[in-house]
Amino acid sequence: MVRFENVGLRYGLGTEILRDLSFEIKPRSFQFLSGPSGSGKTTLLKMMLATLKPTRGLVHLFGQDVGRMDKDNVTVLRRKVGIVLQDFRLLDHLTTYENVALPLRVQGKMEDSYRHEVIELLRWVGLGDRLHVPPAILSGGEKQRAAIARALIVRPELLLADEPTGNVDPVLAKRLVRLFIELNKLGTAIVMATHDWALMNEIPERRLVLTDGRMRVEE
Amino acid sequence: MSSADFNPAASPVPADGKPKSRETSLLAAGSIAGRSLVIVVAIMTFLASMTAGTVELVASASSNWRADIARESTIQVRPRAGRNIDTDVARAVELAKANPAVESVKIFSKGESERLLEPWLGTGLDMGELPVPRLIELKVRGTPNFFGLRQQLAADVPSASLDDHRLWIQRLGIMANAMVLVGIIMMLLVLTATALAIAFATRGAMAGNRHIIEVLNLVGASDIFIAKEFQKHFLRLGLKGGIIGGGSAMLTFWLGSRLAQSWNSTPGGDQVEALFGTFALGFRGYLAVSVIAVIVAITTAIVSRVTVYRNLRGLD
Repeated sequence: MVRFENVGLRYGLGTEILRDLSFEIKPRSFQFLSGPSGSGKTTLLKMMLATLKPTRGLVHLFGQDVGRMDKDNVTVLRRKVGIVLQDFRLLDHLTTYENVALPLRVQGKMEDSYRHEVIELLRWVGLGDRLHVPPAILSGGEKQRAAIARALIVRPELLLADEPTGNVDPVLAKRLVRLFIELNKLGTAIVMATHDWALMNEIPERRLVLTDGRMRVEE
Repeated sequence: MSSADFNPAASPVPADGKPKSRETSLLAAGSIAGRSLVIVVAIMTFLASMTAGTVELVASASSNWRADIARESTIQVRPRAGRNIDTDVARAVELAKANPAVESVKIFSKGESERLLEPWLGTGLDMGELPVPRLIELKVRGTPNFFGLRQQLAADVPSASLDDHRLWIQRLGIMANAMVLVGIIMMLLVLTATALAIAFATRGAMAGNRHIIEVLNLVGASDIFIAKEFQKHFLRLGLKGGIIGGGSAMLTFWLGSRLAQSWNSTPGGDQVEALFGTFALGFRGYLAVSVIAVIVAITTAIVSRVTVYRNLRGLD
């Protein structure tokens, strides 16, 4: 599904942020991506979303070389991948419901075909009573859950989550992780970036640990 | 999450929880930039519509003049020593009536001919001693060929000349065509300026909505989808501007025609009527203004779509 071979990335003429990364993410797998702040977790997730291209090495996403992908291929790829970013990236002028429905709307689906599903999902993440409010009046945790719902609504083959539990209390954090595990059981591969070691210790899953731009894989 | 959790039928949606069916625009509407653009489009549409309406007025007035002139021809019989002018006039009328293109003939009497000179020579003048030419007005049908009549007049009435006003018609035609051409060029210039303004506004809107474009890209929106969203947004702005500008132009022409009507009995009104007929735009003119408003709105939508699509394709 995702394969990195000797991948390096640098911005301009600066030093490499990521060095000699070689790893694979298999379908239906679950892994944490960890490492200290600034170790390049978000950058690596962006490479998995084809937002950034490697300056050396090969990145294969769903069987395609990212270096040779055109924009249309990237669009098709992104419809298979759900992303939860640290800063949520919710659109302020849309309601919670509209934000979550956005990935389906951009695929040209009619609202009648997804309305119930979006509402069900929003209820499941505890936002059933916040359907019509804009993100500006949601709390940090609510925004986080709305962003997660937006990533899940297309039932992605791969879910990339950047610190999805960073803005929620421990109880909700565990609930969100359980959500990811259940989603994984349904067939979605998960890459969850976090530096919450306590949380990772509770769940014995594969860990990709980034330190100084290099990766150590703990199976 | 289990599959049961995602079963839409598991929990019906409460009536108060039903989202609105009308989809919100993905671009923030009603921004200051949007209002400015509506004003720019309205002004451009107004200018283009005024140009089109004026061209239509001139073209239809010129067409009326040409039709009036083309329906008439004039034979002028000048007094000449040794010839009886009344006999010459009678012969000229006889020849004219024999021509199949001539529908009717009207002879201007000596008194009527003299009255035609009054505006230049004044009244109370004894014109008995002046060699005042006599006029014969011919009403003609179709496009006459007066070659034969001219030759017969030259042979039988050498003091007569036939004027079919062809020179005037040609000059009026050239003037009217030149006006129409200038009008079309002006409209094209205005439309080009509008398109350029839209292109700049679109780039501004793209910069202002950059975060939205990024999110749309992240959730799998194609460049065509994003371009369509911009197109919808700008079509709304273009329609607003087009309706305001076109409506204002129609109102201006309507007020102009009302004003011309109220001036009808004054000398100024007579001159305006002589130039522009009743100064009424007519159905064709109003239709042209409506079409321009629609063209401006469509141009706005297409230019924004192309600008966005090109910019997105240029981004990697």
